[in-house]
Amino acid sequence: MSTALAVTTAAAAAETRGFLSPTGVEIAFLLVGVVTFGAAVVTVTTRQLVHAALWLVVALGGLAVEYLLLTAEFIAWVQVLIYVGSVVVLLLFGLMLTKAPIGRSPDADSGNRPVALAVAVAAAAALVWVVVDAFRTTWIDLSGPAAGTTAVTGASLFQSWVLPFEALSVLLLAALVGAIVLSRRTGGTDGSDGDRRSTAPAARTGSGPDPAAPDKEGAR
Amino acid sequence: MHLAYPAVLSALLFATGLYGVLARRNAILVLMSVELMLNAVNLNLVAFDVWLDGIARDTLHSGQALTLFTIAVAAAEIGIGLAIVLAVYRNRGTSDIDRLRDTAESGDDPDDAGPGTAAAAAEKAEATA
Repeated sequence: MSTALAVTTAAAAAETRGFLSPTGVEIAFLLVGVVTFGAAVVTVTTRQLVHAALWLVVALGGLAVEYLLLTAEFIAWVQVLIYVGSVVVLLLFGLMLTKAPIGRSPDADSGNRPVALAVAVAAAAALVWVVVDAFRTTWIDLSGPAAGTTAVTGASLFQSWVLPFEALSVLLLAALVGAIVLSRRTGGTDGSDGDRRSTAPAARTGSGPDPAAPDKEGAR
Repeated sequence: MHLAYPAVLSALLFATGLYGVLARRNAILVLMSVELMLNAVNLNLVAFDVWLDGIARDTLHSGQALTLFTIAVAAAEIGIGLAIVLAVYRNRGTSDIDRLRDTAESGDDPDDAGPGTAAAAAEKAEATA
């Protein structure tokens, strides 16, 4: 009953609040949103691979600010820690390990770029149309107690979501073990490819008096 | 705040990531675009969670819990994905997904399998290095 009342009052509040008179939070959200969207567009269109990763930092950091504006502070800091802190670093390491060119790479985009653009524009138009049509009058009440403080998030996470949380930790462990298994060399342990080719047969025979082979095995 | 603002931003970010996944050629750039799409979903989850917290006194906070789970799954995904990309790069000398056509149906593609593939891949690796 109180829920329905809250819905009606929120709807009434949204009726009185038009899009032409935005509040301060909305203006901040719009500005940061424009920056975030622009950084995302540059990320997917730039021809310099390292610049794409760095623009991804801007986009993800902008999203963290949006989470802060939505009063979800714990999610915002987790976003900064996980995405900006580790995922982008991993991507940069991946770019370096695959010997990505530093300058402009002319073949960063594939040949089906117009089709991709058409699909993306169609998806964006459909999604924006549906979302705006559905939530035109919906109002988020940010004035009450913050919905995403660390205390609130932690309480809900460790009261209602303990089992998925623990299952997720097992999943993360399995993924890390899988990543280690995938990225492990089957021949040598480290060094360049030429080094691997030269040491792999010696390590595989293993019977010869090769002092390097046990070291390699131990290092693995 | 109107719920339409975060929802529209999320839709636009998702479409941007979709374009990147379809148009990019380097596998790591495709992974970046996948991250953009996952982040668009996260923004939606947080916005709707805050909205429901306001109107329904939702104490479960499922949106934020799901956002944390999505972030963790995305971290696992990027680790596995990069390991796969590095393994492919080590075996083929390229991380260009247009060249990985081993399971393609038509065999008449000039880039396709055959003795020329290794030479083409090596040439490609030299060109990109």
